Amino acid sequence: MASPAQSQDQMSRFETLVIPHLDAAYNLARWMTRNTSDAEDIAQEAMLRAFRFFDTFRGEDARVWLLTIVRNTYLTWIRRHAPQQNSAEFDERLHTDIETALTPESEFIRQATSEQVRRAIEQLPTEFREVILLRELEEMSYKEIAAVTQTPLGTVMSRLSRGRSALRQLIAAERRAEVTHHV
Amino acid sequence: MFNHAERNLLHAYLDDELDLVRSMELEDHLAQCSDCTREVSSFRALRQASSNAELRYSAPHRFRTQLLAELSKVNRSQTPSVIAFRQIPVWSWAAVAACLLLAVTASVLNLSHGAQRELTREVVADHVRSLMATHLTDVPTSDQHTVKPWFNGKLDFSPQVRDLSGDGFELVGGRLDYVDGRNAAAIVYQRRKHVINVFSWLATGENAEPSATAQQGYNVITWKQAGMEYCAVSDLNRQELSELVSLLRK
Repeated sequence: MASPAQSQDQMSRFETLVIPHLDAAYNLARWMTRNTSDAEDIAQEAMLRAFRFFDTFRGEDARVWLLTIVRNTYLTWIRRHAPQQNSAEFDERLHTDIETALTPESEFIRQATSEQVRRAIEQLPTEFREVILLRELEEMSYKEIAAVTQTPLGTVMSRLSRGRSALRQLIAAERRAEVTHHV
Repeated sequence: MFNHAERNLLHAYLDDELDLVRSMELEDHLAQCSDCTREVSSFRALRQASSNAELRYSAPHRFRTQLLAELSKVNRSQTPSVIAFRQIPVWSWAAVAACLLLAVTASVLNLSHGAQRELTREVVADHVRSLMATHLTDVPTSDQHTVKPWFNGKLDFSPQVRDLSGDGFELVGGRLDYVDGRNAAAIVYQRRKHVINVFSWLATGENAEPSATAQQGYNVITWKQAGMEYCAVSDLNRQELSELVSLLRK
């Protein structure tokens, strides 16, 4: 049985190691669910789960460990709430065809507003969105991304590559829509 | 040396994930290939646009406060039923036990019923202990192909371990336990915040249909199948626990 002193100790370790990554947990949940209230549910459930299973934490990177739990919590949640939601959000083949015809200029991409980038990322299919978030916002290494997403390194690399190509097209589309709008 | 089609390498280069030799090969290639150079600069622009700090969401203040309060509540009492169980003084348990013993002796309950009840009490105690101590699992993983082999050589049977995450029961891990005087496997599943222990051990006698009881606020379902006796324990409601049992019996 855990004594009060032990549980106090457990709590303060959790506060030192895991709580600092609460924003990262919330950010990932927010980007995966694309809305505030589901993000809060998932972040909360993930934090409680992390706390309950804190004894399984072996002192590796706490952020990687926590974000793995957030992602698993999200996957369980999405299976229960919207099993079909993940498919066919973005037709990669279609966009690749456009891409060969028209590679967006660097300057055109660079001038995109945060809002346009945000909308573009939101349109990415989940498996691309998550690797891009972990790489660009969390600045994780490929190895860390592989750990969080529980996929091989090669898969991480190809998803990043395809994800970025897709994102570039989506941002260009947002930019073009803006230009057309103004004309 | 460098192949045009190896698009992934361009990204690994941008992300500083290439070793020195590969980086140099790639830079040699870039020096000669305007297509790839344009790709690199376009993706570099994309990285700049998407690593923008404004894209980060931070946890709302109200949410953070609520969560911290919730965590310290959980810390004080793992689950409400557990704290109730813990707060009852030892002497009153002794009194309850004495009354029960009297009642059992006085009644005409048959022996196997009494044994069943004893078993129920034991598995509930095992379940509660697994939640209180920091020892829910010996092998914490949601991968059934890791849990099952872990028991090799530790038990004289191979316990059933199922991946039921598609049905909303997540596999948490496995643990070696002791039930009814013999070694048992405890496979731990979870639904929402409810932990479920499924104990199994070698059984004698014929198959038996599931029978449900409750004790100290925990639901317990026992059944016998294919030479094994099973016992599922949880604070999850009886209906959902039955759902798990029927999935396991399939």
